[in-house]
Amino acid sequence: MNRLMKLMTTAAILAAASAMTPAFAANTAITVGMVLEPPNLDPTSGAAAAIREVTYANIFQGLTRFDANGAIIPDLAKSWDISPDGLTYTFHLAKGVKFHDGSDFSADDVKFSLDRARAPDSTNAQKGLFADIASVDVADPLTVKVTLKKPNGSFLFNMAWGDAVILSPKSIATEATKPVGTGPFKFVNWVKGDHVELAKFDGYWGAPAKLDKVTFKFISDPSAAFAAVMAGDVDAFPMFPAAETLEQFKSDPRFQVIVGNTEGKTILAMNNGKKPFDNIKVREAVAHAINRKEIIDGAMFGYGTPIGTHFSPQNPDYVDLTGQSNYDPEKSKALLKEAGYPNGFTVSLKLPPPPYARKGGEIIAAELAKVGIKAEISNVEWAQWLEQVFKGKDYDMTIIAHVEPMDLDIYSRDNYYFNYKSDAYKKIMAELSSATEPAKRSELLKQAQKQIADDYVNAFLFQLPKTGVANAKIVGLWKNQPTPANDMSEVYWKD
Amino acid sequence: MVPFLLKRLISLALSLLAASVVIFLVLQVVPGDPASYMLGMNAQPETVEALRQQMGLNEPLVWRYLTWIAGLAHGDFGISYTYKVPTAELISQRLWVSLPLAVYALVLSTLIALPVGIIAAAKRNTAADYGIMGVTQFGIAVPNFWFAMLLVLLFSITLRWFSAGGFPGWSAGFLPAMKALTLPAIALALPQASILARVTRSSLLDTLSEDYIRTARAKGLTRSQTLVRHAVRNAMIPVLTIIGLQFSFLLAGAIIIENVFYLPGLGRLVFQGITQRDLIVVQSVVMLLVFAVIVITFLVDIAYAVVDPRLRSRS
Repeated sequence: MNRLMKLMTTAAILAAASAMTPAFAANTAITVGMVLEPPNLDPTSGAAAAIREVTYANIFQGLTRFDANGAIIPDLAKSWDISPDGLTYTFHLAKGVKFHDGSDFSADDVKFSLDRARAPDSTNAQKGLFADIASVDVADPLTVKVTLKKPNGSFLFNMAWGDAVILSPKSIATEATKPVGTGPFKFVNWVKGDHVELAKFDGYWGAPAKLDKVTFKFISDPSAAFAAVMAGDVDAFPMFPAAETLEQFKSDPRFQVIVGNTEGKTILAMNNGKKPFDNIKVREAVAHAINRKEIIDGAMFGYGTPIGTHFSPQNPDYVDLTGQSNYDPEKSKALLKEAGYPNGFTVSLKLPPPPYARKGGEIIAAELAKVGIKAEISNVEWAQWLEQVFKGKDYDMTIIAHVEPMDLDIYSRDNYYFNYKSDAYKKIMAELSSATEPAKRSELLKQAQKQIADDYVNAFLFQLPKTGVANAKIVGLWKNQPTPANDMSEVYWKD
Repeated sequence: MVPFLLKRLISLALSLLAASVVIFLVLQVVPGDPASYMLGMNAQPETVEALRQQMGLNEPLVWRYLTWIAGLAHGDFGISYTYKVPTAELISQRLWVSLPLAVYALVLSTLIALPVGIIAAAKRNTAADYGIMGVTQFGIAVPNFWFAMLLVLLFSITLRWFSAGGFPGWSAGFLPAMKALTLPAIALALPQASILARVTRSSLLDTLSEDYIRTARAKGLTRSQTLVRHAVRNAMIPVLTIIGLQFSFLLAGAIIIENVFYLPGLGRLVFQGITQRDLIVVQSVVMLLVFAVIVITFLVDIAYAVVDPRLRSRS
């Protein structure tokens, strides 16, 4: 027993000593917390945001990229020329770019990656981004020519997505577990279920990263995430799951709280193809029955920007249409009466797992009850949600955040789960997809926003916030989330 | 002994086969498609179809069951849909967390429970007994995840002696790895130790009231000699049963503690597998756990039979 005690004391001392070391060393390492572990590390064959949150701009790069504010800037393509007819894009690639395995990057890799993404057997989750490409041709090792089937005003935007990054044919087979890219960090190690480790890539072609080591640690439980940040096990948690504790971090000088926006448009979706929501008056009634502030305060602890249409408020083309669906229960009741439902009706409300849906759903059900609509809540898992609601369209109402940026086109898709059918809207979208002139595009984007708000397709709730916590000494983290990413290239510790 | 063993082995094989069919079928009924889960909301139907084809999900049901079982039989657990690495590799990585954690917790719990239970029985109806019974009642009543949070608050956030969770991997060295498992093991051990202590006490009390104990005392053995030589040994059978049960529980049921300490254990692998519809991982892990439980029960049965010849003839 004595020996055991001694052993335990020694262990405790060792433990204490090892816990102290990071505080004294000059800090070039960071541990970043994430709620979900990526299933694999190949962003070109899976939709999980977590894949991009580890790899985007760290390991992998595309022809273009999103900057911290969502603007499209050059990446592996340092410049490009667009033919007057808008059909040919000639990309001039950066010089001296190397993959992490030491091989040289060239136009062949671009051709390989784009052709792979649009191939018939491609498993790219955003294959639609590449749909307009007619051919990819290598002009010389540093020049690649992409020809489109029709002009596409968002082609450069499409190429910035995590799904459009450039891979090397040599490492393609093992990309999922040992990713090899051209970015400022290279993959080192993945202890599954616990963390992924990246290290600075010395052969990087651009400005070298300031950190030597980045560790992404996966903690899904909100109270465990809180404990991990408090205990200093995690230096930054950019999408922190325990929003209720943010006030506590704000008052603690050791930490900084970073609040920004994501691209997540949170909506109360209604099945436009099914009674009673096939009636626009009913949908309008629902929109007026909902008090956005109450939902944001109750489900999101006050974080989140109200939206009145399916568009991100941080976008310069955003139109604030929240007034059109203001909280007005009396108007809501009147509309229901006009629609032939003076005593309301009963519908189902399917809620996927995120707190915005589960907590928000209860508040919304209570609000709807006040105007006579009885919403029966049923909680579903993600896989069930995708199967029943998204694929099967077997639902009345659901709450969901659409996280893809600039996804107005989903309202023009046939057979989409909203069951919204509008020729006027399709016409706007068709014009938009071929418009390349900025003023024209801006005008069309605004028209589209108005159209879906006028048709009360869904009840538009709020923009999903990005609420993060980090050590107060960390500089360079993104405030907003224009695309799922934790770009570590500019991050450093100040003294 | 041989017919007994044979019978037990056949029933073991049949249980495993039945379990495999049930596990496989239940997972087929669960709504949700792994391919659509992986590709998300913006994927085109043809892409989902291409991925289903790639994953072998379009094969007939019976064929998929048979390939799975045939694979299991020679140790091939298949490739995880989401992680895209062999399932066997995933399971063995997780087992290297779950197994040591279960053993660690079991050792802690036994080290605490046996002496405590024996003392309580030996000093029946004294303050020590009442004290111990009170504490163990508390130990059973306290949910272990809550106790785990208290441990984190004290040792990680306030004192900063331990990390709040996570597992550095055995490659980081024996001590750091054991250190990472210490708080979870304590949290897991508390309720188990409480149960075990109470079982030890009552089993020992039963034994102490047997005639042979009186005889031993009458022959002139002291109280403690009787206790050690005759009572404790005979009281061990129910205690061993409980320890056996606890081990299977700790191996499979540590999921809540794994979540609190974000440990990459088997429980979390199953949980993740279920949400992501990584069916191949789920069915293999569940099968493995069923196998473990059945084998442990089998071994315990055999141990009884070895210890107590009466059980052999009865079966």
